[in-house]
Amino acid sequence: MSHEHVSNTKRIWFVFGLLSVITVVEVIFGIFKPEALHLNTFLSMNYLNWLFIILTIVKAYYIVWAFMHMEGETASLKNAVVTPLVFLILYLFFILLVEGDYIYEVFTNSTIKWNF
Amino acid sequence: MGTTVTTAKSEGKTWGGGNEPMKASYGKLMMWFFIVSDALTFSGFLAAYGLSRFKFIETWPLPDEVYNHFPFLHGVDAPMYYVALMTFILIFSSVTMVLAVDAGHQLKKGKVAFYMFLTIIGGLIFLGSQAWEWKNFIKGEYGAIETQGGSILQFVDNEGNRVKLEEFAAILAEDRVQDTRDKGVWFSSEGSLPSFSVAEVQAGFKAHPELLIRTEKLYEATEADKANKTLHPTLNTKPKHKSILTREASEDMLAKAHYVVEGANLKRNEYGSRLFADFFFFITGFHGFHVFTGVLINIIVFFNVLLGTYEKRRSYEMVEKVGLYWHFVDLVWVFVFTFFYLV
Repeated sequence: MSHEHVSNTKRIWFVFGLLSVITVVEVIFGIFKPEALHLNTFLSMNYLNWLFIILTIVKAYYIVWAFMHMEGETASLKNAVVTPLVFLILYLFFILLVEGDYIYEVFTNSTIKWNF
Repeated sequence: MGTTVTTAKSEGKTWGGGNEPMKASYGKLMMWFFIVSDALTFSGFLAAYGLSRFKFIETWPLPDEVYNHFPFLHGVDAPMYYVALMTFILIFSSVTMVLAVDAGHQLKKGKVAFYMFLTIIGGLIFLGSQAWEWKNFIKGEYGAIETQGGSILQFVDNEGNRVKLEEFAAILAEDRVQDTRDKGVWFSSEGSLPSFSVAEVQAGFKAHPELLIRTEKLYEATEADKANKTLHPTLNTKPKHKSILTREASEDMLAKAHYVVEGANLKRNEYGSRLFADFFFFITGFHGFHVFTGVLINIIVFFNVLLGTYEKRRSYEMVEKVGLYWHFVDLVWVFVFTFFYLV
């Protein structure tokens, strides 16, 4: 190995603590479901779900950057891995979720109803 | 040796195999590319789950009502405690893995072996937890009725608490025996029979006037919901809960009963939408399969560490490569956790 590594156990334990705290926060929100967040929506999804997704992405960032040691890789490797994933996943979710919502509208509002 | 790890000897020879694009070795780069493709596979599954959920957004089961078991706490409503514990176990095994990689950089064989061992134990505990989770999901708790149209009816008492089928179903003298192949000429097989017949549930419902039916549909407290005469006037208070019908509407609904559903299988489940259980089995199962293969690979690498294979190479890069895979499995779980249990 060309680059010399220093032991960074301190950072590992810090990230572990952080991931655990985020998980606990998620579960607390999931159990209590504050109505202000749960009943108001933004872009047809409630704030609580947005909060969960953002916290999940924070967790994902720390797992990839600290545990998988992406922070030590070259910029080209970072880009080669992260860019296609971010683009394709956003695209896929956008297409499929919009389609799902459209089918729901058809079921509820069109002449042939989902009525049983 | 030269094929698995590039050493200082070959550095500088552009065509000799020593050239490392992106300053990562061949093995590590390929592991990253595998992870990219596998991440897209899982995104495809989760996006398909999202599509089905948006399609049936009003009738999709509420996760915190489905996953509310915890070991040794029978009958206690413990939403998500157990999956949070599973998440914690997997994150912890990721930590021991990264500690093993760290020890590998310092060429400390004993420490690498010790942390690899802990990682394997963590993976096995996770797999065991998942088996227990599946057992609860498959067994079910309350039981439900499927109507002719395929929607699920659940039972509640007059305070809105769920009631199990076995608590009220009547016992009728109409024994339907499980058919087997040796009793018929053409018959080959049938699925196992539910504990109660539709008639028994209907008779039991008639005999218990306090019982009501809860449908799959979410109560949203809209004007249309408030004007709806079939919905129970006092029990439907909070929005985003399953609607409870009045006694009369419940009786009408139960007349359309078609099948008794207990627990879950790939065809139907007592929680609601049929797709719900299918996605649960498929996505958590596919993730569990990844954990299982991860544990196997970890065991192989663990024995290689013990045998001194990497000590001889003077490089623990193989530990790093399986580490990448192991962290990826953890990463997928973080997303499965969010989209199955929280959202």
